[in-house]
Amino acid sequence: MKNRTLYFLVTFALAAVTIFIAVAGHAGRREFWLTPPKSETEDYMVPPPPFTEGIFPCSECHSGMTPNPKRRELKEEHTDIQLKNHAENERWCLDCHDMKNRDKLRLVSGEQIDFSHSYRLCGQCHGDKYRDWKMGIHGKRTGQWNGRKEYLLCAHCHNPHNPRFKPLPPKAPPERAENIR
Amino acid sequence: MSDRETRGNRIFRLSRRKALKGLAAGLGALALPRKDASAAIWESFFQKHFRELGRAEIRDVVSRLEKEYGATYGKPVKVKTTPPMEGVLYGYGLDLSRCIGCRRCVYGCVGENNQSRDPQIHWIRVLRLEKERGVDLEHAEHYYNPANVPEEGHFYMPVQCHQCENPPCTKVCPIQATWKENDGIVVVDYNWCIGCRYCMAACPYGARHFNWKKPGLPAGEMNPDTHYLGNRPRSVGVVEKCTFCMQRTREADGRYPACVEVCPVGARKFGNLLDPASEIRFVIENKRVFILKEDLNTQPKFYYFYSV
Repeated sequence: MKNRTLYFLVTFALAAVTIFIAVAGHAGRREFWLTPPKSETEDYMVPPPPFTEGIFPCSECHSGMTPNPKRRELKEEHTDIQLKNHAENERWCLDCHDMKNRDKLRLVSGEQIDFSHSYRLCGQCHGDKYRDWKMGIHGKRTGQWNGRKEYLLCAHCHNPHNPRFKPLPPKAPPERAENIR
Repeated sequence: MSDRETRGNRIFRLSRRKALKGLAAGLGALALPRKDASAAIWESFFQKHFRELGRAEIRDVVSRLEKEYGATYGKPVKVKTTPPMEGVLYGYGLDLSRCIGCRRCVYGCVGENNQSRDPQIHWIRVLRLEKERGVDLEHAEHYYNPANVPEEGHFYMPVQCHQCENPPCTKVCPIQATWKENDGIVVVDYNWCIGCRYCMAACPYGARHFNWKKPGLPAGEMNPDTHYLGNRPRSVGVVEKCTFCMQRTREADGRYPACVEVCPVGARKFGNLLDPASEIRFVIENKRVFILKEDLNTQPKFYYFYSV
C-alpha cells in the first residue's frame, strides 16, 4: 500500500516537472517571437511636420518679442489661424505652443517637445486614437507590412486648429455595364 | 482470287468513321500554329499548368513573357514568380468608420495592376450605403458621383476579392486554372484559363472580372513590375482578380498593397494573420469586426471593422 502511494507521488512529480518545462520553454519561445512593445518616447518614422511655408522656425520673429501670456484675439499676425471645433472656448495658443521656446510644443506637464513629436501632444486628450495610431490602425501608415513602417503626424491629415477631416472630390464612378463596348 | 476480293481491293471504301477522322485531323492541323509562326507561339500553346512547371521551364516561360511584354510595351518588363513566404497568411482590414468613398483605391489599384483601361475593368467597387439601413446591399449604389464625399447620411464600403479560406471560385473551375496559394491568396494562371467564367458566377462578392476584349493598356501607364500570377498583362478571354498586390507584398521588403498606400484616410489595413503583433491581429482582437456574407461559409480574410 505504501509502495503504491510512493509510486503515485513520484509519477505525479515527474509529470508536473515535464509540464512545467514544456510550458516554460513554450513561453520563452513565444516571447522571442513577439515584437517588443514600443516605449512611450520612442520615435516613429514621420515626414517633416506640415508647416506653412516660411513660418518655421517661429523664433525667427518671436525671439525679439516679450511674450504676452494674456489670452486675447490675435489682430496683427496669425489672423488666418482660427481654433474651430477644437475646444476653442477652453484653450488658446499657449496651451500647446511653448511660451519660452517658440520652436517647441508644450505638454500639460510642462515638458517641451519638438513639432515632429506632436502626436504626444494630441495623445494627451485623444488617448484612444493615440493608442490606435501607434498600432497603425488610426490614420494612414505606409512602408512595409513586414518591416519599417512610415507614419504620418496627426497634423498631416487634421489641421490642428480645425481638425475635422475635409471632404474630397471623389474620383470618377465606374463605367455603367451598358456603356462598355 | 474470288470476285469479291478483287472488288474489295479495287474500290476505295470511305466509311463514315474514316471521313470523320480525316476531317478532325485536317481541322486540328489548321488550328495549330503555322510553320513560320514564331517559336514563342508554339511554346505558349504547349505550356503546362503553372504548378506543373519545373524550375527550368518556369525560367523559359518567364523569359518568353518578358520578351513578349517588352516588345509590346516598349520597356523592360519584370515577371516575377516569387512563391509564398513561410509562416505568412495575409489578412486585410477595412475601416468602415473612416472610409469616405473617394475611390482613390480603385484607381490606385488600376495603375498598379495593369487592368484594361478600355474596356474598363476595376477590381475594387465602392458601394455607397445608407446609414439608416446599415449594411444592406439591396440599397447599395456604386455609381454615386457628388461634388464632394462623404455625403450626409451615407457610408461607403469598398468590395474587392476577399481571398476566401474556403473559396467557391476555385472549386468550380473545370481545369483548376485558379487556386489558393499557401499564403492565402487566390490566384489565376492566365495562360491556363479558358474563360468559361464559372468562377465569376460562383463568387458571391463580384470580385472576378472578365476580359471581353483585348485589354486596352497604354504603354505609358503599364506597370513593369509584375508577377506571373498577379498583375502581368492579361490577354482577351481570361478572368482576373485582386491578388493583394503580390508583386509587392511577397517580396522581402514587403510593401503594402497599392490600395493601402493610396488611401487618404488610412481606412485600409494589411498584415500577417499569423503574427500576433501585426495590425490586422490588433484589429481583429480589439475592434468590432465583421465579414461580408458570413452565412456562405466562404471564410474571407477581408475584415470590415469599425474603429469608433
